[in-house]
Amino acid sequence: MRLGLVIDLDTCVGCHACATACKEWNASSITAPLTDYDPYGQEPSGVWFNRVRHYEVGEYPNNKTINFPMSCMHCENAECVTVCPTGASYKRPEDGIVLVDQDKCMGCNYCSWACPYGARELDHESGTMKKCTLCVDRIYDQELPVEERQPACVLACPAHARLFGDLDDAESTVSRTVRDRGGYALMPELNYNPTNQYLPPRVRPAIATNDLARPSLARKVKEWVNRVVER
Amino acid sequence: MNPSLAVIFLTLFSGSGFGLMAIVALVNDFHIDGGLSPLRTVVAVVLALILVTIGMVSSTAHLANPKNAWRAFTRWRTSWLAREGVFAVLFYPVAITYLGWVFFTNKDQDSVALVLGNASAVLALVTIFCQGMIYACLRTIRQWHTPLVPANFYVLGLALGATLLASIRLMLAGPDRTLIGIALSFLLAAAIMKAIYYFWIGRPSGTTLQTATGLSRGKVRLLDQGHTFGTFLTREFSNSITPIAAVRFKVVVYVVGFMIPAGLLALGLYEPLGILAILAPLSAFIGIGVERYLFFVEAQHVVNLYHGRAPASMPMMHPNLRANPTAEQPPRRLVPSYQKR
Ligand code: SF4
Ligand code: SF4
Repeated sequence: MRLGLVIDLDTCVGCHACATACKEWNASSITAPLTDYDPYGQEPSGVWFNRVRHYEVGEYPNNKTINFPMSCMHCENAECVTVCPTGASYKRPEDGIVLVDQDKCMGCNYCSWACPYGARELDHESGTMKKCTLCVDRIYDQELPVEERQPACVLACPAHARLFGDLDDAESTVSRTVRDRGGYALMPELNYNPTNQYLPPRVRPAIATNDLARPSLARKVKEWVNRVVER
Repeated sequence: MNPSLAVIFLTLFSGSGFGLMAIVALVNDFHIDGGLSPLRTVVAVVLALILVTIGMVSSTAHLANPKNAWRAFTRWRTSWLAREGVFAVLFYPVAITYLGWVFFTNKDQDSVALVLGNASAVLALVTIFCQGMIYACLRTIRQWHTPLVPANFYVLGLALGATLLASIRLMLAGPDRTLIGIALSFLLAAAIMKAIYYFWIGRPSGTTLQTATGLSRGKVRLLDQGHTFGTFLTREFSNSITPIAAVRFKVVVYVVGFMIPAGLLALGLYEPLGILAILAPLSAFIGIGVERYLFFVEAQHVVNLYHGRAPASMPMMHPNLRANPTAEQPPRRLVPSYQKR
């Protein structure tokens, strides 16, 4: 079994719901807490397992905003595990989930250097490395209804841009989706063989802009008033 | 990468200590300049142990959770960091036994002393190798992922060790011609190796934001990092310096690290330098310390690509190849998105 996520870059709306739900669940989960530094101050920062970045691809008017969530890819060839000197980082043979044993980690940062995807973050409070657990404490929880045995991010996504499943099983939803939509892994040239896959944005014709009418006088006045009133 | 003093001191001091140990064994093996007297051997080995210890202690200073440091020896099968720890720890008992033998028997040319000395030297050299491989095995950092890194660690460590020993010789006015010759050759070799390395890392790498995101249909640029202020990733990985500053630092490395020590040692061949000879290793340590700073600060982790920091800060890169010259110096304080208009 090779559990992982499939992320649809076509439908992701960049709302950060996955990141927030992840933070909420994991702040009291197996590697809790996810320390925040200066949370209400001038320069808030803290530990997150999932970060959403925003890119623009192409040139106007053929451009598109791509929202790009990234978390641990649970790589097949997880170099973060091989470089760890303490054995705190390990990959579970049964489902491929990469975890950090908080009782063994000495906080040397070496594994974060080895991860190309920025998936590992040191918690300065506990002095240990933290990372996505694929909600290992949810997905096997027999107390939860079957449909909720999924990572928190997947349940939270309002655009259904995140799929969770077994990528080893060729007929699972995730595998079929990857096949149909031409899913790909990030930075294959580094040969980490990440489990998580990304579905490329669909190609749509550009929206024509050259036939837009010039704004009327009334609209110009309205926009001007809007600007003035806002200040 | 974040050029933290802990890792700079670790590689600089332990590298020089191990280098010194290897040179001591070499000098005693081949009776170079008559070999070292037992007392001088003791002084040199004590110095090597002190240097290695400074390095090891400062390496634990960068651990966020040092109480688990003892576990760092367990994964020597896969981790170069664990291997470095194992060999560094093996080095101590052997080197201390050697020290004790020479000190108490007052002999450093009998077979026991030679065996112990060479065993310490081999362990020292193996540890330098592991230290280099810690960096060279990371495919995520192109400037480190090269066999030049362990090679550089070797010549720099040996150059520091040889310079130290030669300057001690100069101060004590012992026979020193061959020893100075060895130190000069290592300094020259180190300067050449560093030059090869600096030219090598100046070349652009293959990974770009396009391949990193897989969005190959057009130019990709960062709109928003998704966080208002710095994260662990930006603090740990986004250090860089401008190409101009890098060139200036490299001049310092060459002048202070290689030329001044070499000049002083060469001068020592003709003039008695006395206590002034200490300036040679001192200058070498400062210059090679700057070299270590550059080694870290010039290394660019691939995750920087996701933050829109394409290889702009790569030194010696043709300006037209730099992805985004304005990204060289990120603003210290990012503007929160709610203040952006
Ligand atoms: S994404 Fe990074 S942390 Fe996760 S398994 Fe791969 S290398 Fe390790
Ligand atoms: S920070 Fe912890 S998990 Fe990472 S390499 Fe060091 S000991 Fe291992």
